[in-house]
Amino acid sequence: MHKNQDIKNHINPQRMSRRFTEKLLYILFLSSVSVGIIGLAVLIFEVLNNGIPWLSWHFLTDYPSRHPKEAGLFSALMGTIWLMFMTAIFTVPIGVGAAIYLEEYAPRNLWTKIIEINVANLAGVPSIVYGLLGLSWFVYYWGTPTEFLGRTLLAGAMTLSLLVLPIVILASREAIKAVPDSYRDAAYALGGDKWQVIKGSVLPSALPGILTGTILAMSRAIGEAAPVIAISALVYITYIPSHPMERFTVLPIQIFNWISRPQDDFRGLAAAGIIVMLFLLLTMNAIAVYFRNRYQIKSEE
Amino acid sequence: MNFNPKFHRNKASRLEGKIVHHVFFLCALVSVLTTIGILSTLLFQAIGFFTEVSIWEFFTSTRWTPILKPRSYGVLPLISGTLLVTAIAAVVALPIGLFTAIFLSEYAPDKVRRIIKPILEILAGIPTVVYGYFALTFVTPNLQIIISDLLIFNALSAGLVMGVMIIPMVSSLSEDAMVAVPRSLREGAFALGATRYEVSLKVVLPAALSGIIAAFIIAISRAIGETMLVTIAAGATPNMTLNPLESVQTMTAYIVQLALGESAVGSLEYNTIFAVGLILFMMTFAMNLFGFWVVSRFREKY
Repeated sequence: MHKNQDIKNHINPQRMSRRFTEKLLYILFLSSVSVGIIGLAVLIFEVLNNGIPWLSWHFLTDYPSRHPKEAGLFSALMGTIWLMFMTAIFTVPIGVGAAIYLEEYAPRNLWTKIIEINVANLAGVPSIVYGLLGLSWFVYYWGTPTEFLGRTLLAGAMTLSLLVLPIVILASREAIKAVPDSYRDAAYALGGDKWQVIKGSVLPSALPGILTGTILAMSRAIGEAAPVIAISALVYITYIPSHPMERFTVLPIQIFNWISRPQDDFRGLAAAGIIVMLFLLLTMNAIAVYFRNRYQIKSEE
Repeated sequence: MNFNPKFHRNKASRLEGKIVHHVFFLCALVSVLTTIGILSTLLFQAIGFFTEVSIWEFFTSTRWTPILKPRSYGVLPLISGTLLVTAIAAVVALPIGLFTAIFLSEYAPDKVRRIIKPILEILAGIPTVVYGYFALTFVTPNLQIIISDLLIFNALSAGLVMGVMIIPMVSSLSEDAMVAVPRSLREGAFALGATRYEVSLKVVLPAALSGIIAAFIIAISRAIGETMLVTIAAGATPNMTLNPLESVQTMTAYIVQLALGESAVGSLEYNTIFAVGLILFMMTFAMNLFGFWVVSRFREKY
């Protein structure tokens, strides 16, 4: 009896304090999670609240204007769509090609290691640095003497392609890696050589994953303002680019332009522009998630 | 005999196979060429800059006025501005991101995790101009109610919003590291009578430490390179200060400010952005390499 009491007295305070700490830390962890979620909720509410009154059909189909009531983002929206597809045209073949090389062909040697480390490192280079690369190489070095590139859509697309290339390579590698070896073995057993196996069996199975990664990379690309500003500078565009050699503007730059003006009306326009851009991104992400869920390779048991 | 024409071999298919091998190698080479392109651009123009401005002035002068007279080329205000905003972001994002990771990895039931993770991923996918808008039109005016000295453009709200922005980066990389800790370690600790927080903080956290530190480093490097948010919300005044209530200019914001105008190629003004870009690149590059090194050097193998 006495002994039991002794143990109880000895243990209880400690247990109490440990339980208390447990509860306290649980609350701390939980509230940390809520910071991100509440932040997101407030941000979205703010944008919707300020932007919805400015959303209208003419906002989507009119050109920018000094008068807020007449301003729209048609040229920026079209510029973004142009830039997105052109970037995809450059990035997808090169990114998938590099991924196939690294997964299927590359020998295990120093060079391969260097390429791999290089890709990982490029993913961490600030986007504005890509802007400097594009400005110096594409806009001026290949632009000025030949009048070839300059501050054009093509130069912008090439710059963004380099920016998102690491993302496409990494996503494509994951997709190719996820194709079970049995698929390859089966194709070899049918008499295929290496490229036929890749073309006929590996790539078709990896395609949904590659597509998902590409869409996500493009959604990163169309939200980027910094590198595109370095390429396009601040231009006032009141036309839709009709070919890749024209000057252009894109949604995030138009939004930035509106934010930089002190009048409240332009802030409203900026919020409306953000809604359009976020809607575009959300749609793309939804498509990506759909592909991922619809065509995901079921892992073999 | 071939049953499937896809796998029928002949001379042409063999040639095709050889060609694609080389084409794919060239694709992989593009990434190496990108790095070479970046380095050559930055170095070449930065050398042009340093032939006119001494390195000594660049790193010791505390005034950065390359466009206004009297001109002065001391990069320290831009570096201090960058570090100030980054430090504020780190104070927000590192603990909150880590705690979020602990919650998701050690506490949250599967259902909850499957809801929270995509929400945090949305946070990571929002373009940074949107965060700039949020900092300038929502956070700053609301902070001004509490802190009356706060300027319209200031390091504080840019840093706070940037902190929220990089939470998902810290949390998802840290969580990956914690999830990789084997179950048996946790079960061993539970069997010894440990509570959940003891398991989380005293077993899982140390075991995942290298991954968590790498997550911190990579998130900070991301904050240093972040551009639009600070351009919009932190201002355009190169300001050697540690006061978060004042307006500062970061390295990235300076590059954007100059890129908005079209300065003549080869001019000293044009070359300044490459000199600043080189510093920026080297800082982020060093941190990323350090991050990889920490992971490979200190990873616990199970």
